[in-house]
Amino acid sequence: MKEKRGWFDKKENLIFFLRIFYGSLVGLLVIDFFISKHPDFSFDGAPNFFAAYGFISCVMLVLVAKVLRMLLIRDEDYYDR
Amino acid sequence: MIAEWPPAFLFLAAAAFAPFLPGALRKTVLLATPLAALVLVHFLPEGAHLTIPFLDNELVLCKVDRLNRVFGYIFCIISFLAVLFALKNEDKTEQSSALIYAGSALGVTFAGDFLTLYIFWELMAIASTFVILAAQDELSRKAAYRYVLVHLGGGLFLLAGIILRLQETGSLAVDFIGLSGPASWLIFIGIAVNAAIPPLHAWLKDAYPTASFSGAVFLSAFTTKSAVYVMAKTFPGTDLLIWLGAIMTFVPIFYAVLENDIRGVLSYSLINQVGFMMCGIGIGTPLAINGAVSHAFAHILYKGLLFMSAGAVIYRTGKIKCTDLGGLYKYMPFTCICCIVGAASISAFPLFSGFVSKSMIISAAGYGNLLIVWLMLQFASAGVFHHAGIKVPFFMFFGHDSGLRPKEAPWNMRLAMGIAALLCIGIGIFPQPLYAILPFPVEYAPYTGAHVVGQLQILMFGALAFALLMLSGIYPAEIRSINLDTDWFYRKGGRLFYSGAASLFNSLNAWADRVFVHRMTSMMGRFFTEPGGNVQKWGLGLLREAIGLDHETLRPEEDKIDRRSRSGAYPVGGGVLLAVVLLAVMSLLFIL
Repeated sequence: MKEKRGWFDKKENLIFFLRIFYGSLVGLLVIDFFISKHPDFSFDGAPNFFAAYGFISCVMLVLVAKVLRMLLIRDEDYYDR
Repeated sequence: MIAEWPPAFLFLAAAAFAPFLPGALRKTVLLATPLAALVLVHFLPEGAHLTIPFLDNELVLCKVDRLNRVFGYIFCIISFLAVLFALKNEDKTEQSSALIYAGSALGVTFAGDFLTLYIFWELMAIASTFVILAAQDELSRKAAYRYVLVHLGGGLFLLAGIILRLQETGSLAVDFIGLSGPASWLIFIGIAVNAAIPPLHAWLKDAYPTASFSGAVFLSAFTTKSAVYVMAKTFPGTDLLIWLGAIMTFVPIFYAVLENDIRGVLSYSLINQVGFMMCGIGIGTPLAINGAVSHAFAHILYKGLLFMSAGAVIYRTGKIKCTDLGGLYKYMPFTCICCIVGAASISAFPLFSGFVSKSMIISAAGYGNLLIVWLMLQFASAGVFHHAGIKVPFFMFFGHDSGLRPKEAPWNMRLAMGIAALLCIGIGIFPQPLYAILPFPVEYAPYTGAHVVGQLQILMFGALAFALLMLSGIYPAEIRSINLDTDWFYRKGGRLFYSGAASLFNSLNAWADRVFVHRMTSMMGRFFTEPGGNVQKWGLGLLREAIGLDHETLRPEEDKIDRRSRSGAYPVGGGVLLAVVLLAVMSLLFIL
């Protein structure tokens, strides 16, 4: 099959995509102040709690995984030796 | 009445005859079987069918209630989609074993007694082993060997538990058990092996990524989810399951971030998703059980879809490692879109199937005030989006250009993926039909403003974290490697046991060979050439030592013994005595 030009190969498309992405992030932060909440705990009704929790979770996930990799990584043929 | 037959029998019959049918007819049968079973499952009246007296008990081959009918529906649906996806795979072994596998999962689901359940449970283990073996390479052969050992081991736990329980209660009925006493623990462990509850989870990631492009689709559906059903039937409301489930959602996501094999990532996210179901079963409220069941339903579809998209990529490129793939969205756009739909569903994006089912479990944890569990589940939700939602499509279809220029997936794969994707979206937008078939009445509204915004925030800011970590280079690079998991204990431990046993028993063998075969026989040979003479000389020697005579004094006596012995001039009694002693020793040894 010959080379194809994908949608993301055009720079303006990529920029458009990223604008949508960042725009939706800002939108979510703003809209959070206008919805009625029904929290289960004392803290999850705090403004933009879920945004912070999602972000921190993912950063923690990757950082812990990096540390774990140091302990757990082996060569692909580890079990065949 | 044929209408009251267990749906499993349809699959088993089809599996028996299909290999002998010519190509087109065989494929028709393969496709028609799950559809016919789906109709059967729908029209089976509730209650017990096909009861057979057995010893003092009763076997119930088919018992239908609101809980197992849901699983019956989805097992038939995914069987149809997986067969459609695998249509171009001409391997008859895989076709037949896949049908037996699907059928025995249905057998487990509708079994009314534990003996029937156990037989289908083992049949499922064996059939799925053959599905793995159908990949026909070194990697899958070794993995299948470990896989079947683990599952037969788990099956033995289950069997021991069933027998103990039968002794204690006299009943074989599949019903609520609850953790109390050794019988229930054994059954619990047996189910936990199939449900891949840590630390008994490593077989899944070990075996599934080695299956053929289509085999993995079958594997992803049945073993773990039939275990979810049995767990929901026998151990609902077990507190231990809440924590096991929460840990199960938690641990695999770290591995998934590091995993290089796309189907390895999917395997870890499968464990993570089953964790949500286990947690729901553990919480045990009607809302939580509904959540677990509907999540199993939704999960089978989107996980099947993800394994299908990975399978299509393998079919077209022969590759599946993150390090080898990338940039395929231009060449396999349809597969890419289906993969993204599956990824959005597993991540529980609003309007996709995971959202309407997983929300119930997390809400149930919130209503039950299980703070730590709730935090763990939310963390796992963000994490699953991170690896299954972003990593899988990103590394396969976007990311760096791998230089691969494959064709789009063939029509049958596109059709199977398309139907699965439509169902994922359909359930997400219209959850009511799914809610209507759940075991308990549903009064749950997933689409509240707070809920949608909260979930979107978690997901989108998780995506932001992914983007930032990727751009800053902190994100762990794709490396050709494996990461140690609990299978280490039996893969390395098994080898250690083998070499330990080898050195122990081989040295014992060598010692026995030296002593018994070589030394003893020659000693006895020497002795029995002149048995009478030797005994007398030995006695003489004792006498000499006791009295303190020297060697030379008794020399003439010894010569006399030698002479007599050579000429055979003995009293017969000496030989007879020896024979009696020998026989006595032999019979003593025999009795001992």
